[in-house]
Parts: sequence; structure tokens; C-alpha cells
Amino acid sequence: MHDGPILQVENLRIEIPTRHRTLVAVDDVSFELARGEVLGVVGESGAGKSLTGAAIIGLLRPPGRIAGGRIWIDGKRVDNLSQAEMRKVRGRIAGAIFQDPMTSLNPLFTVGQQLVETIRTHLDMSRAEARARALSLLAEVGIPAPEQRLDQYPHQFSGGMRQRVVIALALCANPKLIIADEPTTALDVSIQAQIIALLKRLCHEHGTAVVLVTHDMGVIAETADRVAVMYTGRIAELGPVAEVVRAPRHPYTAGLMASIPAIGETRDRLYQIDGSMPRLTNIPQGCPFNPRCPAVFDRCRRERPETVDLGGHRVACWKHGEQEA
Amino acid sequence: MTAPLIDLAGLSRHFALSSGLNTRFRKGGAKVVRAVDSVDIEIARGETFGLVGESGCGKSTVARLAVGLMRPTEGAVRFDRVDLASAGRRDLAALRRRIQMVFQDPYSSMNARWRIREIIAEPLRTLNLCSSPAEMDRRIDELLTLVGLSPADKRKYPHEFSGGQRQRISIARALSTNPEFLVCDEPTSALDVSVQSQILNLMKDLQAEFDLTFLFISHNLAVISHMADRVGVMYLGRIVEQAPAQRLFSAPRHPYTKLLLETVPDLNRIGYTRKPMSGEVPNPINPPSGCPFHPRCAFANDRCKQERPSIRADGQGTLVACHGVQEGRI
Repeated sequence: MHDGPILQVENLRIEIPTRHRTLVAVDDVSFELARGEVLGVVGESGAGKSLTGAAIIGLLRPPGRIAGGRIWIDGKRVDNLSQAEMRKVRGRIAGAIFQDPMTSLNPLFTVGQQLVETIRTHLDMSRAEARARALSLLAEVGIPAPEQRLDQYPHQFSGGMRQRVVIALALCANPKLIIADEPTTALDVSIQAQIIALLKRLCHEHGTAVVLVTHDMGVIAETADRVAVMYTGRIAELGPVAEVVRAPRHPYTAGLMASIPAIGETRDRLYQIDGSMPRLTNIPQGCPFNPRCPAVFDRCRRERPETVDLGGHRVACWKHGEQEA
Repeated sequence: MTAPLIDLAGLSRHFALSSGLNTRFRKGGAKVVRAVDSVDIEIARGETFGLVGESGCGKSTVARLAVGLMRPTEGAVRFDRVDLASAGRRDLAALRRRIQMVFQDPYSSMNARWRIREIIAEPLRTLNLCSSPAEMDRRIDELLTLVGLSPADKRKYPHEFSGGQRQRISIARALSTNPEFLVCDEPTSALDVSVQSQILNLMKDLQAEFDLTFLFISHNLAVISHMADRVGVMYLGRIVEQAPAQRLFSAPRHPYTKLLLETVPDLNRIGYTRKPMSGEVPNPINPPSGCPFHPRCAFANDRCKQERPSIRADGQGTLVACHGVQEGRI
């Protein structure tokens, strides 16, 4: 047992070799996660948020590979583990929930068989004990009539109920860390709220830490304690959720917040960040956001900004770096 | 009041479930899904009507009916007082020019093997709107500039563009025929938020410039609130509430609308734990009796379980299909 942070990521770098060149999809990403904490990771598609999540639990798909940096889960270094060793960590210490519940469920087995198998892989239990635990897990994630549902197949569940089963699967061995990658994106709003409330309650009750990867700032605002904003594979800003949402320090975050429509507001036009996030083949020199930044100055075009710590709130922007220099 | 540009009157679309052997031997014939059931929507020229609802509520079927991609089982789609179903061939061709659609997925709504030029030129060719190749070229350049792209882009293929740029191309294609009415089915749902704001701003600019009328469909209430003048909320094929946008979002009447608004994640409610709506959208193959929302409704009584509420004006600008509201209980 180790009582430091449940998760430490240090200078993580993920590369994707292609025919012509090697792309850097995640570049110098570092953060820590305390026990029971929820860290939101937001960004546009291609910003590297899902790759970061996949790398943490050892599910990075080739040709993507960890090319640098280190990852510790519960004090144990995991980035250099073999597949077999990682499989033991995954499930027992860290669980995963993905956008599409069917990526985690096998359509040919009943939900009960899958839960029992997972439980017995990680915990020393008899078949009967495991079945009892599966029942209580289904009840805990809010599936009505769990006794009957246990012997049904995934196709007999609705999308929201399937996602609950996936959460139950992730919780089988009482993990200390859950990586949730867009867990509610495929669901309707009314079901989305149910799943978010469920995740929040479970984390609170079990003291499980969560890395919540999503593009929905609203979900982050209500769920996360801290939030990391990613852009072109790098962390642009990381801080307490209230600060990042209400007083963003990075011009990209500020633009992102202002471009989100809200119910009942009277703005006639939304703020827009012109252009789009550059492709990985084409990341500009200096600050990757500089061609779209309203506050750009000379240094931004030449040098990549260093991360500045403004009291528990990190920003990679020369606007803040200048003050120190 | 002048006649609305679009009048969807008592519109229904039913789908028969599998016409396989099973149905032939089953008593009572094939099962029918009422994807759209007696929907009434009028849209005035220059107005944006927003349609919201969860997946499977029938909003995309309404879109397809409104542009004539699908024929209604019952009811009529009238555009500028002409019924699409009874219009003659010549009238229909003229109407097609005036009605266009923007689809959700900017990846599947374009032929990947065509250059942008061909994609935008297709409606112009089909409807014979350009007299010479030179004129068509000029028109394509003009359209690309209009949506914020460059005329040089017409030589490229769809894969060379990002999702947001492709949606701009879809909009250019839709505008090529100088339409008056645009049906937009989740036009920004596949896009990142920063790109979404670009597209929403562009659509508002184009609407002001060309006096466009929009039927704007989305599951995102905030987007609807930003875009729409009036809003209809759909649940299991029916409109349960219809009101001016400002009124719908500030004083929702139907319990479903209230719950929907309550469940939207909100940037301003940091750390807020909401009370989620219990239950799920019922299977449209076996919709509940009476009011389709009654199994999830906290105010449901016996009448709600048996009798289907019809949509009525509440006297303050809202149309609502709810016994509770009509009886003054809610």
C-alpha cells in the first residue's frame, strides 16, 4: 500500500509512426491524481485525450506507442510492464469505461457470465460467491430486477443499461482508479445525467479516482474536481474546475468557454476561434495555438511556451510566462 | 397573419416492422411503429423552428418528410401553400430548388470520390440551374467564398477537409440552388464545440443575408436555444410542447420538457449533482397507453394512463399535450 497519489503521469510522449514520418500525438503531458479525485480531460478530437487515457491503462493500440515519460498507478510503475503484467493491474487496480458499451461486452455471453468471469479473474472467490457479488454490483449500478437481468445477453439491454453493466464490470475488483473515456457521449441527455450521477456516487462511496475524458465541458463542470485542457497533444491548462471554467488563463480555454452556447442566454453570435486545430502533421512552431490566438506576440511564434504554475493552476502560455521572466 | 411558408399538418409516418413470414401468420397483421404521429408545425418565412428530442423520438423522420425525401402516411407537407404529395412533376421540380437539407454527418453525406466542384455542382446540374460551364464555375466560386472557403478548394477531395470545413461544403451545396427553406438535421452534432460555434454563426449570417427559413433539429437544448425562434419538443413521435424559444426555456410547461432542461449539463453549475430523470424512453414498438410519458412522469394519474392528451394552447403562447397542465394540476 502506497499513500501518495493514485496516478502519476510524468512527461508522457506518445508517438504514431507512419509511412512518411513519426507523429507526436501526445507531447510532454504530466499530471497527478489524488485518491478519490476526478480529473476531467477535455479537448477537441485529435487533441490526444483518449490516447493519454489508453496509455495509462496499457490499452494503447499499435502503431501508437509510449515513446517517453513514465506512469505510476498506486505507486507501481506501469508504462514498462508486459501485457500479462498489465492485465493484472487492469481490472484489479484500474478499470476502464469506454464510449461504446459494446467494446467492453461480449455479445455471446450473458451479462452474468461476463461479470462472474471478471470477478473470479481478480478475486479469489467461488462461482457462487462471484455470482452473489455480480448481483449486488448490478443492483448497485441501478439495474432493476438484477436476478433476471443477470442471465440476459447484452443485446437485451438498452444503451444506458449496457453502460451501467460496463460500469459494474469496471467495478468488479474495487479498483482505485477508473479511466472513463466519453462514457456518456453515445447516450441521450436524460440517460447521460443518470450515468454521470451514478459515477459520481460510486466514486464518492468507494473513494475511486477517475480520469474523465470528454469533449463536453458541461459534464466536466459538474463532475470533475480539476480539469486538464488539451490541445495538439499538449496540456494547455490544468487547474481546479471552477477556475478553469470561470477564469480561464489560456487564450484557447477562454475561447472554448465563450464558444459554448447556453440555454436562455441572449447573445446573438457565439464567440468563435477562427480556423481549426492543426493536424499532427502540421503543428506550428512555437506555441501550437499561436496562429489562432487573439493575444499572440512574437515570442509565441518562435518558442514553445513553458508551463507556468500559478498556484495549483498550470498554464502553458507566454502571456503568463513573461511575468516571471 | 400571412400563410406560413411551411405547413406540416397532421403529419404521420408509420413504418411496418419486418414483412417476413412471421408477420404474415401473426394475427392482426404487421406491427407498426408510429415514428411520427399527428405532428403540426407551421414555420413563417425567415423564422427558425427548433425541434428537440432524444434519439428515436422521430425528429429526423420529420426532417425527411419536410424535404419530401419520404412520403407521409397521413397528413400533408405544404410549402408555400402547395402540397408536396399532390404537386405535379413540374411543380415538384420547382419546389425542390426552394427546399434543401444539411445532414448531420459531414463524412457520409458526400461522395468521397468526387471533387468539391462536383459535389456542389450536383444540385445545379440536376435542376438545370446554370446555362454554361463558365457560369457554373462562377457560381461554385461564389458559394465557396460565401461559406468561408476559398475558390481553390473546389479542386480538392472531401478527405482533405476537417469536419467543420466539410459542413461548410454541405452548406454551400445546400445553398447552391438559392433555396428559401433549409432543413438542418443535427448540423453541428458531429463537430467539436469551437467548430460548432463557427458553423452556428455562419448559419445565422446566411439566414440574415438570404432571408432563409430553418427547420433546425438537434438533441442539444443549448444549441436550439441559441438558434431557434420557436421550439417544439418531441417525445415518441409526438410534439408534447411547442412555444416561442424564450418562453419554452424560461417557463417550460410539460413535465418532460422540465426534466429535459433539468438534465442538461451546465457550465455554470460547478459540482452540481442533479436529480436525474428516472427510466428511459420506451420502445416505440410498444408505446405506453395513454400519455406516452406517463411511466416516467411524477404527476401521472389514472387518466394519464388511459387517455392520450391532445395538444392545446395554455393561453400564454405555449401549446402543451398534458392532462396535468390542462387540468391545472401542474
